[in-house]
Amino acid sequence: MAMVYARIRLVATAIALLVLAAVAPVAAQQPVNPTADAVKEQQLLQQFKRIQGLGTIPDIKSYTIEQPQGRQWEHYHEAVLPWIGTIAMLGMIVLLLIFFLVRGMVRIKAGRSGVNIVRFTALERSVHWMTATCFILMALTGLNITFGKVALLPLIGPSAFSKWSLAAKYAHNFLSFPFTLGVILIFCMWLAGNIPNRVDVEWLKRGGGIVSGDDPPAYRFNGGQKGVYWIVVLGGTLVAVSGYVLMFPFYGTTIAGMQLAQMVHGTVAVLFVAAMIAHVYIGTIGMQGAFEAMGEGTVDLNWAKQHHRLWLEEEQARVGPAELERQPSPTPATPTA
Amino acid sequence: MARMKFLCDADRCIECNACVTACKNENEVPWGINRRRVVTINDGLPGERSVSMACMHCTDAPCAAVCPVSCFYTTADAVVLWSKDLCIGCGYCFYACPFGAPQYPRVGNFGSRGKMDKCTYCTGGPEPDGSAIEYEKYGANRLAEGKLPLCAEMCSTKSLLAGDGDIIAQIYKDRVAKRGYGSGAWGWQTAYRETITT
Repeated sequence: MAMVYARIRLVATAIALLVLAAVAPVAAQQPVNPTADAVKEQQLLQQFKRIQGLGTIPDIKSYTIEQPQGRQWEHYHEAVLPWIGTIAMLGMIVLLLIFFLVRGMVRIKAGRSGVNIVRFTALERSVHWMTATCFILMALTGLNITFGKVALLPLIGPSAFSKWSLAAKYAHNFLSFPFTLGVILIFCMWLAGNIPNRVDVEWLKRGGGIVSGDDPPAYRFNGGQKGVYWIVVLGGTLVAVSGYVLMFPFYGTTIAGMQLAQMVHGTVAVLFVAAMIAHVYIGTIGMQGAFEAMGEGTVDLNWAKQHHRLWLEEEQARVGPAELERQPSPTPATPTA
Repeated sequence: MARMKFLCDADRCIECNACVTACKNENEVPWGINRRRVVTINDGLPGERSVSMACMHCTDAPCAAVCPVSCFYTTADAVVLWSKDLCIGCGYCFYACPFGAPQYPRVGNFGSRGKMDKCTYCTGGPEPDGSAIEYEKYGANRLAEGKLPLCAEMCSTKSLLAGDGDIIAQIYKDRVAKRGYGSGAWGWQTAYRETITT
């Protein structure tokens, strides 16, 4: 019996094979296309902007094999950023120069009283100058990355420029820590005096009195100084955060994140520098009696009356005019006999 | 002079990673650096493709454009090289590179990068051809010996092609014409601003 079944099975198999052989040529006529569902470069780029896959090495960012937006970032870095920087910084310098030539130094109208009052404590000045020193050094070393190869490289040659740039990179990285500390301290230290209020609206409406010369009243910080404060706090936060992203590359970011961080860092930084040029101007040659506030920490009574009347009234109410004016000025306005 | 290019025929790549190994061995590439790597797209799915990718030696190379110390240069064969003496390890070339080619050895604190390293198209560097110092810094200079990059030369399926752009483009065209399909010259449009019409 088993033999019969085996025979039947054999014959059935043979018939089945014959049928298959007859059908096979029909199937073979269908062209084989192994790429019917293969991934295509253009399709992937249109879909995802960059092409990623799986690799066999621990370096995860190497799994991205193509990111054409690198060329867009190149355009930002080589064309957009230098233009923003040049227009903002040179534009600011030109504006200030014109302003200086037209308006000249803002003088103390009543002349020096010879009486000084304290404006910034030693701690406040230390924080200001620590932050300012870091800012100037980081501005120069940072601008070197964008403008150095155009402005400095042809002058000193590739080898010297490379050595300077390497040192500049390290200085830029390490100075970020005291700079960030400075921005945090500035934020805490002067926050109380920098909340915008109605007096600032009036101050700004009257152009700070700088143009018209009518000296609107102000508390400890006027509208313009509050502007500088918020530029430092917000601009400082943006450059610090984006800077640390760049300093710790690919910690939780991708290539797109790094490019964005650099774009934020570069744009905010050049605008920040432009704003600080104006700040330096008004604190030095732009206004008589302003620098000593951050220099020796004191200002002339008449300067305070002219520019910060409400603050002076506050101070006089707090400690009494006699106490405030006890300290004679080292440079009396009226010549002594 | 030839215009040297790379072409990876993804329909032939079998993801054997021999190009990666050959490159590491031939150039004594520093630890942790892969000048070439193989990446598989849609791994394990129907239609997956593997691509061997390294520096493509772009036309108007973005890395060279963004370098703050201008340490890049292009040879007469259109190979994009750089000077490790001038490189400051800022990392900008990596942001600009469409192919993720530049890499930096980790040195010192934070994410501090050392001197950049990438594929040299087996063409060494600015030092004298075939010198010991050139080999130490950049690896082999096969081009000076009349040889093409080892990754492509030893590719077992001849998926990875190196050589003059026109010649390898013709080889690829003939292949596609004969076998009837091709997933394209990966990266060519981005790198060379032209592709191979098949």
